[in-house]
Amino acid sequence: MGQSFAAGYMLFLLKGALWTLGLSAIALLCGGVLALVVALCRISTQKWLRLAMAFYIQIIQGTPVLVLMFLMYFGLPALGWSVSPLLAASVSLSVYVSAYLGESWRGAIQSVPQAQWEAAECLALSRTQRMAKVVLPQAVRIATPPTVGFMVQIIKNTSLASVVGFIELVRAGQIVNNTTFQPFLIYMLIAVLYFSMCYPLSIFSRKLEARSGEKSYA
Amino acid sequence: MTNLDFSVVFDRWDMVLQGIYLTIRLTLVATACGFILGTFCAIGKRGRTPWLKKTCGIYIEAIRNTPLLVQIFLVYFGLSNLGLSLNAVTVSMIALTINVGAYSAEIMRAGFDSIEKGQLEAAETLGLTRRQIYWHVILKQALERVYPALTSQFVLLMLASSICSQISAEELTAVANFIQSDTYRPFETYIVVGALYVVLSLLLRVLFWVFGLAIFRRRRNLAAFI
Repeated sequence: MGQSFAAGYMLFLLKGALWTLGLSAIALLCGGVLALVVALCRISTQKWLRLAMAFYIQIIQGTPVLVLMFLMYFGLPALGWSVSPLLAASVSLSVYVSAYLGESWRGAIQSVPQAQWEAAECLALSRTQRMAKVVLPQAVRIATPPTVGFMVQIIKNTSLASVVGFIELVRAGQIVNNTTFQPFLIYMLIAVLYFSMCYPLSIFSRKLEARSGEKSYA
Repeated sequence: MTNLDFSVVFDRWDMVLQGIYLTIRLTLVATACGFILGTFCAIGKRGRTPWLKKTCGIYIEAIRNTPLLVQIFLVYFGLSNLGLSLNAVTVSMIALTINVGAYSAEIMRAGFDSIEKGQLEAAETLGLTRRQIYWHVILKQALERVYPALTSQFVLLMLASSICSQISAEELTAVANFIQSDTYRPFETYIVVGALYVVLSLLLRVLFWVFGLAIFRRRRNLAAFI
């Protein structure tokens, strides 16, 4: 085994890490859009919409991401849709993100002081205007620290995309391991790579939290 | 569109039950051991011994910032590197315990930190040792405050135990994988298993709620269990 081999493996792992980040970004963006819908439905004036979303959240938060992943990748083709690993991973992670972030953002929206709503109402703003111009901009500030913290969970959960054959960091490691047979070393390397992606985010989220003076236990 | 046939899963109910049993066993063992490990870690991190503080800090951060899947593989291959060939279930229990230990450490630490200084000073004035202060004054109050956060972490642990299927511990998800490869009915299988997980997580919440009512007489904070 020459030096160039090791460098080649390392490059492959780094490529995998790039896909981990890419998949995380897709999950955050698509999941974020869905989460906003979920959050807005959860505080809608329509009772059935609130209940339907509460049901959705309960279902998704009660199902492991791994099962979601299998359901998308193996389940949908059985119904006649063909699904690529990237699509299955993106969809299942986005669904997962939508339920958790949606609930967290609902809390953020609702913790904007009631007086802000009333003041906006007094200015004759419509419900949409109140939401878009008064409440949401303030909710974003409240929601930022927990959302950054949740990004760590997203990055970690993209590792589950390896089970449907999407070549992100863990899957790349498994492929390298099939030729080197040094699983402990490789998984250690993978762990270090994950740590270097997640730890800065953890620190950043903690700083944001300290700045906003909010305490969360989890 | 093919016809859905959910009976293929229910025909294998004995396997499904065994899977559920192992999932519950993994969850309860890891919850109990992880909670104890986490509590000691939290105490260590708040203590005065520098090396212990550092070790606990590194442990907590390392675990919280890496995926469980990688941790499970590391324990699995690490132990076999050391010459210990344990079965998949034991490895899963160890890995899950290590994982949830770090999360409960962080939660318990927040709980410990939330105890008012006056209480500690009062306890010190009464001549209690550090150990006595933790045991008689801090622990139960802290636990009561963080109980909701702690229990939702344990529910997440139950869901995360599905990852143990990747080292072929025969828990619920592994059973699902087997059934779907046996019957070619992946959609039905994973829908049913997903629903079972939802039921399990609800049951676990109820269980923790009742447990909370039993151990905390004041029942503060517990209204928020859903």
